[in-house]
Amino acid sequence: MSNSAGLFSSSLGRKYLMALTGLFLCSFLVIHLIGNVALFTDPVQFNEYTRFMSSNPLIRIMEIVLVVGFLTHIIDAILLTKANKAAQPVKYAMDKKKSTWYSRNMGLTGTIILVFLIIHLQSFWYGYKFGVIEMAEDSSGAAIKDMYTMVLAAFSQWWYAAIYVVGMILLGTHLSHGFQSAFQSMGLRHKKYTPTIQKVGTAFALAMTLGFISFPIYFYIIQL
Amino acid sequence: MNITLKVWRQNGADDKGRIVEYKMSDISPDMSFLEMMDVLNEELITKGDDPVAFDHDCREGICGMCSMYINGEPHGPEDLITTCQLHMRSFKDGDTIYVEPFRAAAFPVIKDLVVDRTAFDAIIQVGGYVSVNTSGNTQDANSLPVPKADADKAFDAATCIGCGACVATCKNSSAMLFTAAKISHLALLPQGKVEAQERALNMVEKMDELGFGNCTNTGDCEVQCPKGISLENIALMNREFLGASLKSEK
Ligand code: HEM
Ligand code: SF4
Ligand code: FES
Repeated sequence: MSNSAGLFSSSLGRKYLMALTGLFLCSFLVIHLIGNVALFTDPVQFNEYTRFMSSNPLIRIMEIVLVVGFLTHIIDAILLTKANKAAQPVKYAMDKKKSTWYSRNMGLTGTIILVFLIIHLQSFWYGYKFGVIEMAEDSSGAAIKDMYTMVLAAFSQWWYAAIYVVGMILLGTHLSHGFQSAFQSMGLRHKKYTPTIQKVGTAFALAMTLGFISFPIYFYIIQL
Repeated sequence: MNITLKVWRQNGADDKGRIVEYKMSDISPDMSFLEMMDVLNEELITKGDDPVAFDHDCREGICGMCSMYINGEPHGPEDLITTCQLHMRSFKDGDTIYVEPFRAAAFPVIKDLVVDRTAFDAIIQVGGYVSVNTSGNTQDANSLPVPKADADKAFDAATCIGCGACVATCKNSSAMLFTAAKISHLALLPQGKVEAQERALNMVEKMDELGFGNCTNTGDCEVQCPKGISLENIALMNREFLGASLKSEK
């Protein structure tokens, strides 16, 4: 496409979009992780935090932006992966790739993250909004949806906690490649800074995985 | 040395193709890989069989004609060389060696190990050049100052021989390393800057149109490139293309 309107139908344009939405989703992960720390405080505080998150208008707007971000990332991922598969239709009888497994399997790790996301939203987002949920008291004594107990109940099942552990490990592999790859996709490469970006990417992936895994494991253990 | 070859044989584009095994004996470790293939073909011709078709020309690593995916890697197991620069001493006595054509939808097999790489020419034709009038008054080369760092980078990019190893090894058969080498080679030099914008737009558009895949930044191309073309060029192309897309009024 030789005009700006067609930018996002070109291979590179799609990669810019992938990188932008990918990094945006990374920023969401950070916020989500920080928010979850409320789970480690006490039930009342966590329930109040959840109520705030689901009622604050600014957060509602961000929720829509987040959904658009996810959908863009996923649709773009499907378009790119389809074109990539079509470009290499015949496999080699003997193939020795030197790249990392996770860099070659972004589509696979992404799909598993998507499956995880659906399970996660079904349990907590749908469950909180439309499901049957017990009531508790907030700090002023008023009735509040008891999200804390819901989380606790979910993670008391070992297999449910295990889904989270697996999901988060795959998120970590997605990010190990994805974070630094996004900079390269946008042309941000520099002899001096790129090695640092790559290290930050690995650290980020590790921090997100360990951070998010800590919740299911903590809640499973305290209920043993 | 005794070697077992597993060679892809395919009689034209419409044939399905298959791996055929050949036992080779008395191979000298000092032979080049292509010489070993020549020996195989002599034997096949003596027996009245069809020789294995493969591409080659200069046999000194500068033309980019030789191809072949040897034991799972384009141009074989050694780094920074082409197939014609590969020697049998890189293998062990008794080894089994797979020899396959470069695989990509945009590089259809013509016969056996020969693939059609005209897609690369098509990419070059839409911008891999500088339009200058060469009739007569050539100006003094030193009248156009080029920063040393840019000259070095442009030279490194210019060493791309258009062999297609990057496409062959890429899981997406992406031609980004090749295209990026051409785009940055010219974009870094004053003579090439004039057409840099159109070049980036047209070459990327052509590359997409020809059915090459996208870049997932796995980095396999950089490792397998016989000339060590760096991923830095792809980043530069990504910047060039973004700038050009935003500026272009077409
Ligand atoms: C919180 C969730 C997610 C985050 C933080 C995330 C982040 C990223 C980042 C940073 C990249 C690198 C972009 C680039 O190379 O330029 C990426 C690439 C990718 N993502 Fe995600 N992603 C997430 C979810 C998903 C999901 C749900 C899918 C698929 C259904 C997916 C599929 C992909 C694919 C296929 C690529 C590679 C595209 C390519 O380079 O060819 N991701 N992701
Ligand atoms: S970039 Fe390297 S591997 Fe690709 S065509 Fe040029 S020389 Fe060959
Ligand atoms: S035959 Fe010319 S590079 Fe190998």
